[in-house]
Amino acid sequence: MPLLAVKELEAWYGESHVLHGVTFDVPSGEVVTLLGRNGAGKSTTLKAIIGIMRRRKGSIRFSGKETIGLSARAIARSGIAFCPEDRGIYSSLNVEENLRLPPVVQDGGLSVDEIFDMFPNLRERLKSPGTKLSGGEQQMLAIGRILRTGAKFLLLDEPTEGLAPVIVQQIGRTIKELKARGFTIVLVEQNFHFASTVADRHYVMEHGRVVDMVPNADLAASAAKLSRYLGV
Amino acid sequence: MFDLLGIPPQVLFSQLLLGLINGAFYAMLSLGLAVIFGLLNIVNFAHGALYMMGAFGAWMLLNYLGIGYWWALLLSPLMVGLFGVLIERLLLRWLYDLDHLYGMILTFGLALVITGLFRNFYGATGMPYTLPPLLTGGHNLGFMFLPNSRAFVIASSLIVCLSTWFVIERTRLGSYLRAATENPALTEAFGINVSLLVTMTYGFGVALAGFAGVLAAPIYSVNPTMGSDLIIVVFAVVVIGGMGSILGSIITGFSLGIVEGLTKVFWPEASATVIFVIMAIVLMAKPAGLFGRSS
Repeated sequence: MPLLAVKELEAWYGESHVLHGVTFDVPSGEVVTLLGRNGAGKSTTLKAIIGIMRRRKGSIRFSGKETIGLSARAIARSGIAFCPEDRGIYSSLNVEENLRLPPVVQDGGLSVDEIFDMFPNLRERLKSPGTKLSGGEQQMLAIGRILRTGAKFLLLDEPTEGLAPVIVQQIGRTIKELKARGFTIVLVEQNFHFASTVADRHYVMEHGRVVDMVPNADLAASAAKLSRYLGV
Repeated sequence: MFDLLGIPPQVLFSQLLLGLINGAFYAMLSLGLAVIFGLLNIVNFAHGALYMMGAFGAWMLLNYLGIGYWWALLLSPLMVGLFGVLIERLLLRWLYDLDHLYGMILTFGLALVITGLFRNFYGATGMPYTLPPLLTGGHNLGFMFLPNSRAFVIASSLIVCLSTWFVIERTRLGSYLRAATENPALTEAFGINVSLLVTMTYGFGVALAGFAGVLAAPIYSVNPTMGSDLIIVVFAVVVIGGMGSILGSIITGFSLGIVEGLTKVFWPEASATVIFVIMAIVLMAKPAGLFGRSS
């Protein structure tokens, strides 16, 4: 049984129908990416899974339990953590408060020290306002703070967007280390090269649907098809 | 003793003291408004009526149940806070997805209803509330006489305002509150109960108004319109300090009380309008208010 099973998921922004029956599975312990052009519905899919998109229907089963009718709070409490595309760092909270904000929902989260070992930059900036950090540091803070909660299922929305190559590498190492620790991760990515270095499988989205799945091992063989999907 | 521009120090200091007392009330009320506006995005026009309810609560506790001032300081704000929780759960809750104006109209209507009900039952004339014995008398400070009751109001307001600031800016609960104010959807998606925070915040904000009402009971007379008289000035204070700024509303509240008091000494005719003149100037120079973040 997959850890997360999404079936015929539909979602709306107000009156605008943006997801038209998204179906995909995330096996436990895998890193899975959602690829696709802008506006294909990748970020919306993550927001629908965590429950920030309130108008949604279909089925999202997490650990076998249906979550489509639950609030974002209840979904977070069941062990799913979300890192938004804009990073969601709070300007009225300092770095330490940002880091300690998400409540612990399960045992087995990383300690603050372990998070600092992963992202040493954060340790020196504890008392700075969260949004005074550089873009890369903010991304580390955004990922770091959800590792404390004990959630073992992470939704990361474009964690490498707009970052310098050296930071992208650091994020890549972090994702691999998290996978080694048993985390399951759904990653929305525009950076196809980056996605291919960390993921086990890729789902391709178009017009609010998942239209294809490519295991990372078959990537070379599917290169032509993927570049057609992604328009690169 | 020295004379300042021909004004005897006794006059100066007693007006300063009156200013500080008014400032103490401005600070408590604008602080509650700021906290509520920050999280709920609602301009709570019912604030003055809830302040009046706090004063009436103290009066009723004393006259119907024989419960005195000190217990009233605790019980009356608690009752006003619970009433606020009901308002939030039963009425305001339905308006969050709508324009700000609806919240303003609803709370404005509520203020009229509450004030009307109290006027109906208790008339428009004020009722006295006797000072508890501990607060009668005062101290001669040499340059002026400081009545205990006034000193108590200033001290309580300072303690309550600074404790509120501390809880919001320095504790974990406060970091939840700030986070929910800034980005409620994401905060909820971390598993934090934002809707409970909203209810508690409204309850706490109006309890502050209730507390101010109890403090006001022995100093001013208890009457149904005491809130509507005060709240107009308090809104000007909030606009000057900047909507939603915690420390800003405390500092602005006290300072404007003092400014108003000083104006009474130097140019008495202007004292009723000075705050509104300052508001106009601040709005022209810094539309988000002195401590507000422009968004």
